[in-house]
Amino acid sequence: MSNSSLFLVVFFTALFLVGAALLIARLIAPRSWNLQKGQTYECGIPTRGTSWMQFRVGYYLFAILYLVFDVETVLLFPWATIMKDLGPGGLFCVLFFLVVLTLGLAYAWKKGALKWK
Amino acid sequence: MLDFSNVTNWIDTTLHRYLSDGWALATEFVLIALMLLIAYAILALVLIYMERKVCAFFQCRIGPNRVGKWGLLQSVADMVKILLKELVHINRADHFLFRVASFVVIIGSICTFGALPFAKGLQAIDFNVGVFYLLAVSSVGVVGILLAGWSSNSKYTMIGAMRSGAQLISYEISAGLSVLAVVILAGTMQVSEIVALQTDRWFIFQGHIPACIAFLTYLIAGHAETNRGPFDLPEAESELTAGYHTEYSGIQFGFFYLAEYMNMFIIAAIGSTLFLGGWMPLHIPGWESFNHVMDLVPSFIWFFGKTFFCIFLALWVRWSFPRLRIDQLLSLEWKVLMPICLVNLVLMSLVVIF
Repeated sequence: MSNSSLFLVVFFTALFLVGAALLIARLIAPRSWNLQKGQTYECGIPTRGTSWMQFRVGYYLFAILYLVFDVETVLLFPWATIMKDLGPGGLFCVLFFLVVLTLGLAYAWKKGALKWK
Repeated sequence: MLDFSNVTNWIDTTLHRYLSDGWALATEFVLIALMLLIAYAILALVLIYMERKVCAFFQCRIGPNRVGKWGLLQSVADMVKILLKELVHINRADHFLFRVASFVVIIGSICTFGALPFAKGLQAIDFNVGVFYLLAVSSVGVVGILLAGWSSNSKYTMIGAMRSGAQLISYEISAGLSVLAVVILAGTMQVSEIVALQTDRWFIFQGHIPACIAFLTYLIAGHAETNRGPFDLPEAESELTAGYHTEYSGIQFGFFYLAEYMNMFIIAAIGSTLFLGGWMPLHIPGWESFNHVMDLVPSFIWFFGKTFFCIFLALWVRWSFPRLRIDQLLSLEWKVLMPICLVNLVLMSLVVIF
């Protein structure tokens, strides 16, 4: 059995679990309807407007930073696997890469992107 | 030591004797799926019971003790109850994405669960990029959480999902970098090989100080990734009711609850596999008789013992510390954990080279 087919098996297991549980709940759970029930939850008063609106930009900044450093982690994985064979030379090359990215972090820090205002 | 690959091989040959190739393969797939589902459900029930009991003892209470002996059946009763609850139809929600969110969360969690080495020879998926795969699929859950918060069209869920997204993606970097330190030490990404390399000494002993630092940062980052206290801002109940799953009811809420608990297990299991040797018994080089005694303990007991030890640490932290603010949370990751992880990475490679 190849790993890819096993992955598919696990994937469909997850789909099956959710689907079957939803089906069972649909069959045995009670159902009722009234006007207030489907309203958005808020502390006792009706919600005003939609919540699909502009959101604070701070989250977006962190998402961009995440993108940079997550890609960095991904790029480091192949190097980490063969680190022993590459030896000090490989480490030196990767150090350059790391320093450039750390400078990026330092720049973001100095610019105040890491500060929650 | 009991080797589960003997059992699986026996099942394989027996099936091939009585059935044609295609049917044997299909039966095996169904068996794997069933085993995974059963393990997943039972572990979730055990974890919920454990959480409630441990929490109760930390607070000098008794905890659940009515249903069954010592309240052992409490979480089973809860599961039946949650199936019987009504699924409320939210008027203004995006109904398609509202459904999809619970699927995505569970898919992320089960796909990770399937790649864990539970015992010797008992591992469903064993990619040669195993560690990478574990990191990749465990982060699929973020998408589900963001979808849940957005599609509910409620302000509480929206804020909860945004906080959760920011927190999960931030701490994923630290978790990834800590795992990277282990990959440097092991020189492979395959989970089964990583466990096999820890026969003599576990990585936390092999890697000297960098491995200990990586283990600590992994535990902190992993704990934050499970959205649990003191990092439980996404569902800070006094501000946001229940955070991103406020609008979910009945079994759909149950999926989020299930995924949260199983993610706690998965984080602890990955931690114990990478740092504490997975199912590998405690071996001390030179102490032959001691090693033989340790070999007598079945491998799955070692795995679950270590994992539940890590889970206990997580529960301990959860019930001991007050909740952080979002700016404290993000500065802890970006200004403390990440620089430590980067330096630790270089330290680890120096340890491995020299």
